[in-house]
Amino acid sequence: MQPEPPKTPTPQQEPAETPTRGTAGTTAGRSWWARLHGIGPIAGLAILCVAGTLLNPDFATFDNAMNVLTRTAFIGIIAVGMCFVIISGGIDLSVGSMAALIAGCVILLMNSLGASGLSPMVAVMLGMAFALLLGAVFGLAHGMLITRGRIEPFIVTLGTLGIYRAYLTYFAGGGAITLDNTLSDAYSPVYYGSLLGVQVPVWVFAVVAVIGALILNRTAYGRYVQAIGSNEQVARYAAVDVDRIKVITYMLLGVCVGAATLLYVPRLGSASPSTGLLWELEAIAAVIVGGTTFRGGAGSITGTVIGAILLSVISNILNLTNIISVYLNAAVQGFVIIVVAFMQRRRK
Amino acid sequence: MSVGVEFDKIVKSFGPVRVLHDVSFALEPGRVYGLIGENGAGKSTLMKILAGYEAPSGGELRIDGRAVHFSGSRAAEAEGIVLIHQEFNLADDLGVADNIFLGHERKRGLLLDDRTMRKEAAVVLEQVGLTVDPDTKVRNLIVAEKQLVEIAKALARKAKLLIMDEPTATLTPGETERLFKLIAQLNAGGVTVLYISHKLDEVERITHEVIVMRDGRVVARELTRNVTRQQMANLMVGRELSDLFPPKRPAARETEQQPLLRVRNLTVPGWAQDVSFEVQPGEILGFAGLVGAGRTELFEGLLGLREHHAERIELGGRAVRFRSPRDAADQGLTYLSEDRKGKGLHVAFGLRENLTLMALKRYAEPWLNPKAEQQALRTAVETFGIRTGSLEIRASSLSGGNQQKLALAKVLHPDPRVVVLDEPTRGVDVGAKRDIYFLIQKFASEGRGVIIISSELIELIGLCNRVAVMRAGRLQATLDAEHLSEGALIAYATGTHYATGTS
Repeated sequence: MQPEPPKTPTPQQEPAETPTRGTAGTTAGRSWWARLHGIGPIAGLAILCVAGTLLNPDFATFDNAMNVLTRTAFIGIIAVGMCFVIISGGIDLSVGSMAALIAGCVILLMNSLGASGLSPMVAVMLGMAFALLLGAVFGLAHGMLITRGRIEPFIVTLGTLGIYRAYLTYFAGGGAITLDNTLSDAYSPVYYGSLLGVQVPVWVFAVVAVIGALILNRTAYGRYVQAIGSNEQVARYAAVDVDRIKVITYMLLGVCVGAATLLYVPRLGSASPSTGLLWELEAIAAVIVGGTTFRGGAGSITGTVIGAILLSVISNILNLTNIISVYLNAAVQGFVIIVVAFMQRRRK
Repeated sequence: MSVGVEFDKIVKSFGPVRVLHDVSFALEPGRVYGLIGENGAGKSTLMKILAGYEAPSGGELRIDGRAVHFSGSRAAEAEGIVLIHQEFNLADDLGVADNIFLGHERKRGLLLDDRTMRKEAAVVLEQVGLTVDPDTKVRNLIVAEKQLVEIAKALARKAKLLIMDEPTATLTPGETERLFKLIAQLNAGGVTVLYISHKLDEVERITHEVIVMRDGRVVARELTRNVTRQQMANLMVGRELSDLFPPKRPAARETEQQPLLRVRNLTVPGWAQDVSFEVQPGEILGFAGLVGAGRTELFEGLLGLREHHAERIELGGRAVRFRSPRDAADQGLTYLSEDRKGKGLHVAFGLRENLTLMALKRYAEPWLNPKAEQQALRTAVETFGIRTGSLEIRASSLSGGNQQKLALAKVLHPDPRVVVLDEPTRGVDVGAKRDIYFLIQKFASEGRGVIIISSELIELIGLCNRVAVMRAGRLQATLDAEHLSEGALIAYATGTHYATGTS
């Protein structure tokens, strides 16, 4: 009785055809619309790139591409973690503030380690490890409050959004926390260094994305995340350890925030109350533009990566051309999000 | 006051799939019609067309001789046609009166006229025999009461033709009786009733005429008194239906084997008190009782989904304690929920993902092995007789009966020693029911323990070695095969066994 077009039985056609797409919802026999939807983000990105090239020859250069990708890396890494949280049916509004607080704490730690006579290299390494650890701890706190405390993720992370940024502001005395010069030199290759002409953050972004896609699509944990987002009750009755999986998901996002932050700190060498401002919205936008449904259950890391790149390409094009004022950057991105959401409407 | 309905060559297609083929028949006002057919026969689609939820792809619907084209359910309601969905359309957080007038609020100027609505609500509530305050939140009502609210809502809309889709699926025998009285009373008042049900005994009892659908066509229309239940079943499936139940096998009871599962004084606060039972290898143990007797909650407690305590629980002779369904599954006990869409299956997931979810660790090495999963799916489709054109569809694309078979395959996939099946044939047509009964018999014959919670007494009597009866959270009796009868089960379930000879 379902309006599914009857497909010829093709048992040989293994469903692993597209391993980076959300498995569950998308293996079903697809209509042309759904298929169009699957390639929507990449088609959108391609169109944007063609338009960019036509509008300004500088757009289609290697340097510009690297520039865009490096800028995307921070949001992109966070978006990969956010993708898991959203697929599981949750949300994390605090990632921008969390990044700011992690940045501040990391700089403070590095400075004090450096001052205590440790070699700058060791101080930087310890600081970077601390960034990941702190992210995991914040994620753990979110996860426990959401599962054990039974508070809505929206509320928990709305609370921590305020808390993290306020503490950073307090530690910074309202100004900025700055990395000592000697440490700065030791730390700068993490952002400015490059391998095969590609900057380090881009490499990290790529590695995080690949690992994320593997975890989501090829591990039991990834399947559980989708199962919980699709229907938490069914998952619970199907012997899925829902609470544990959710906690891990928030921790994973925390680690991603930590990773993005440790790449970001050497760029400016300081943390201020405006560090990471509105990153949460950009990360969520990247996930949604990438085709993950906000209600959870199904989504894709590939889409998220493309979504993140697509959003920075938009601002890059606005910067390079003068058709639309660069002040309207956020407006253009906003329109894109709404259009994507409009298209998703069809997928129940 | 009644309406005459005429379907003339109604066709309905979803994309390339045609689900209704030239359906033509007429309904006279003031009668009770039974509409029966297997899942996927097109009953629900036809009724959705009649009630304005779907538009026909071809053909004509006439009301009192006028061709009509409903733009939505409100247009149908304006003609006095109201469909009561199987899953109710009630706003849980609103009051009873608010729900009755939802979308048709009485107003005084710009403001709601609460006083009039409450008064009118009280009138229709009295008509349906529901004694609750019109301000009561629907959330606080039990299922049977919610249904009465739905009917009251229909009455408040001056329904002349009432379509009821599986209204007794979640009702107890007592509540069902009340509903039948109400249907008779409404019918006496001139309301036409279209009654969709899988329960042929009910159709036989309350309808004047029965219309049988199969594969999107009307295949028979008979006066109810002229056909037997067996004939109805045969017409529905289109073949002779041999015995519905597999022959009973004796459980291993006689061999004095160790019970597989032994539960001593399990208490789930608020739901079940000191319940003790045991299951032998190869035994099918039934749990009978009214809705609200605490059967589902008892087992949710056992699984660690609810707060519970027990004197002792043994699985395979070893003392155990389940903290979560995960824990239970690891130790060899799985549970199939009565609520297929809400707790049983991920309907938006593919068949493969559903099948392997409970035993996913088996396929993680550590990367999931889709080939092995696919192989498991092929085997399960074969073993469980899941009818599907493609393996690459979502669970929601399967018919109800096939979804249920998939759900069964899922809870058996971890290879449990004891499996608890809560309403294993709810909302499933006769043909699939029979398949499921034989499958259940097969698991038991493999030496597993099977526990079946069911509201269909025939099912418990036909399938189980023993049946435990619960009432108000307490175990009333455990009946052996030779003492099993509908009368005895009802007597224990309702607490009337003290009186002599009641049933």
